[in-house]
Amino acid sequence: MTTTTTAPATTTVLDASGVTMRFGGLTAVRDVDLTVNTGEIVGLIGPNGAGKTTFFNCLTGLYVPTEGKVAYKGTVLPPKPHLVTQAGIARTFQNIRLFANMTVLENVLVGRHTRTKEGLWSALLRLPGFRRAEETSRERAMELLEFTGLAAKADHLARNLPYGEQRKLEIARALASEPGLLLLDEPTAGMNPQETRAAEELIFAIRDKGIAVLVIEHDIRFIMNLCDRVAVLVQGEKIVEGPAEVVQADERVIAAYLGTPFEGEPGAAEAAEVEAAEAHSTTEGDDK
Amino acid sequence: MTTETPMNKTTDTATPVTPPPTTPLVPLPHPAARALTVAGSALALIGTFLAWTWTKEFPGNLTVTGYPGGLQVLTLVGALLTLLFTLSGYDIPGLRWLTPGGKNSPVLLSALGVLATTGYAMGAISYELGGAVNLEPGAWVSGIGALAAVIGALGLPTDQPHDPGDPHPHHWVNLWFRLRHALSSPEPGRAKDLPAWAEILIITGGFGAGLFIFAYGIRTEYSEAFIGFLIIAAFGFSAVNRAGLLKRLSALTAKHRNVTLAAAFVAAICFPFTQSNDQFALIGANILIFATVALGLNVVVGLAGLLDLGYVAFLGVGAYAAALVSGSPQSTIGVQFPFWAAVLTGALASLIFGVVIGAPTLRLRGDYLAIVTLGFGEIFRITMNNLNGRSGPDVTNGSNGVPNIPDLELFGFNFGVPHNVLGTELTRSGNYYLLMLLFTAVVVMVFRRSAESRIGRAWVAIREDETAATAMGINSFRLKLLAFALGACLAGLAGTVQAHVSYSVTPEQYQFAGSVPPNSAFLLAAVILGGMGTISGPLIGAALLYLIPAKLQFMAEYQLLLFGIALMLLMRFRPEGLVADRRKQLEFHETGQLDVPEDKPLPEGATGVAKAGA
Repeated sequence: MTTTTTAPATTTVLDASGVTMRFGGLTAVRDVDLTVNTGEIVGLIGPNGAGKTTFFNCLTGLYVPTEGKVAYKGTVLPPKPHLVTQAGIARTFQNIRLFANMTVLENVLVGRHTRTKEGLWSALLRLPGFRRAEETSRERAMELLEFTGLAAKADHLARNLPYGEQRKLEIARALASEPGLLLLDEPTAGMNPQETRAAEELIFAIRDKGIAVLVIEHDIRFIMNLCDRVAVLVQGEKIVEGPAEVVQADERVIAAYLGTPFEGEPGAAEAAEVEAAEAHSTTEGDDK
Repeated sequence: MTTETPMNKTTDTATPVTPPPTTPLVPLPHPAARALTVAGSALALIGTFLAWTWTKEFPGNLTVTGYPGGLQVLTLVGALLTLLFTLSGYDIPGLRWLTPGGKNSPVLLSALGVLATTGYAMGAISYELGGAVNLEPGAWVSGIGALAAVIGALGLPTDQPHDPGDPHPHHWVNLWFRLRHALSSPEPGRAKDLPAWAEILIITGGFGAGLFIFAYGIRTEYSEAFIGFLIIAAFGFSAVNRAGLLKRLSALTAKHRNVTLAAAFVAAICFPFTQSNDQFALIGANILIFATVALGLNVVVGLAGLLDLGYVAFLGVGAYAAALVSGSPQSTIGVQFPFWAAVLTGALASLIFGVVIGAPTLRLRGDYLAIVTLGFGEIFRITMNNLNGRSGPDVTNGSNGVPNIPDLELFGFNFGVPHNVLGTELTRSGNYYLLMLLFTAVVVMVFRRSAESRIGRAWVAIREDETAATAMGINSFRLKLLAFALGACLAGLAGTVQAHVSYSVTPEQYQFAGSVPPNSAFLLAAVILGGMGTISGPLIGAALLYLIPAKLQFMAEYQLLLFGIALMLLMRFRPEGLVADRRKQLEFHETGQLDVPEDKPLPEGATGVAKAGA
């Protein structure tokens, strides 16, 4: 993990090209290209069922994309979740998936799995490196708990944490794998405004650590505050990508969320006509 | 319990409003109740010194006055325990340490234990000798004393304030709830720190007592004594638990973990020296084999969460491998490996078998895995049956198995003959018990060290949520295979000793379910009954599951029925098993307070939040 505070030269962290995911006859994600650069927070928005989470699963290897490839810092990733994490992409889940019956600290320690190597023999024979590696892991995990504000609850069971803290713990666990790119799947779902603001601060702090962030969200205000760039996914296709203000004003986006107006703005007279026709049809339109 | 219900009815009608906190079940003034309990338990104690019956036909010789024997000893112990707990309630200096948790619930529990044991003894005498006329006055003295003690104990205020709530419309249900409430107790506070040597001494004493009780249970020579033992042990154990002594002890053992392991090991070493009868030492050795295999299964089930219903096959592979290279005249290979090589052969054979079975099956999850492993377990048994020279190549002698496995001889120490060690005789089974103990220690160490490592955490993570675990970078297939192979290897290790202990290895020893414990169903039950994911749990579970059928031969027909009932009751009342690991305890009893770590003030909280907000 390197902090890129000095170098303004941005490099591409994630490069997904032509990602397509078909489930039988249904194409959930169609030919999506997306890049994320270092130091960036990129938003991925779209109506429900647009394929955002499916796209995430394609990126992280939970699904094997039907077509297309995902590259992390120039190397194409194999579609295996543990290898993707090992390469440096960590994620959280839309519906929280913590290890409910492990303690908060243990959850984060599990996140350290790919960054430690001590195998079974090392554990059984307590080889010299074992204790040191455990110590380091524990220290790192506690640092992350401090960072997310959960240090005081390190010995609680994950399932006993309140909802907002479970979300934070998921982020801490993901950070433990020392990623270069963090994928957040609706990090503020179900949060109140204060919690959402705290999450925002947390994501900025993560960005400042030099970790690029790709975030799925429904809360438009949150996305607009947070993201340098926003991509919009509608029915599995990326329709727009650009700075937040541009995307917000784009009529295709508005159309996707709110629907399209009539062809040709109806005049006042026409509107009255339509109204009258509707009133008429409701009285006798039932026989159709 | 039936005797005091009339009194209760009167209380409830007299005070129809919600009863004030800590109201006892029986309305007695507090001093009178305590005095009655003391008098009752003393009477029960005195009764054990009198004759209980006139004939020696009832086992244990209860005819002697002035010398308690058999079932009388059990009543005596229970009465003594009740007396001590009751006197501790008087705040007598020197006895106060007995009840750091509940004060009166342990009294009630131990008094109930005395009543149950004495009642059982009186019932058994009357039943076996044909009528209550066979009871001598001593039995009545103890029985009435026990009854008085229970009534007195029911008159003591409850340890925890009674939450009136809304009473159940049904009177009996209400009574039941109130009785259960009277048996509940608060958690003991933190003990003041003793010097380290004193704490270690207490741990040693605790394990010494445990060994004594266990050895006593194994030594019981007739089933009446064993049933009485079970009753008083169960009640006494819960009483000691309610009194908070177990919590205190477990706090100490958690503090000195290495001392605890050493003390447990030493206590286990002492066991064969307490048994002069080879038959009882054999029970000990078999319990150890069973417990070790159960602990191996605990790696697979308890840590990695892989439900393996064919686990006994790995024990079989180890045992067969060791038997074939043991130099038995019936072995088709006809070689004799030294023991260490035989152990390696057995463990390696199991390991390979585990990998071969695991590699294809571990791609399945949950129920499917259980069914496939069940199938493989049976395939092993049937294959061993068929490799008899008629249905297939002659490797295992089919259903005859490999008999006449010679006894081991290590460093000139012949395991087959009794030895005289420090003036006590160590029988053949005692020898093997000690050898097996070495293996158990190895398995305990493997379990403990692997559980407390990166690998163990990954296993638990896979058990909790496999998808999330892989997303955290865990190669779940490889780790599951590792758990499976390690579990298989540990079972194979135990199998190599089992082959020698039981002289012969036959396919019928390795069934899914059978009457002799090391079978897949009982292994799984030992793990679940004892407590998944713990070390002591499967050991205790295996000891109980082996000892009870072995001691109660007359119940053999109903064994599986009783076993099923016991499992159902356990899952209803203590789903985490007899020994709960910390996680399970938090999982099943979310009282809100439990999971707050005791000795940690919470200073970092504020700074952490500030940082997150920065």
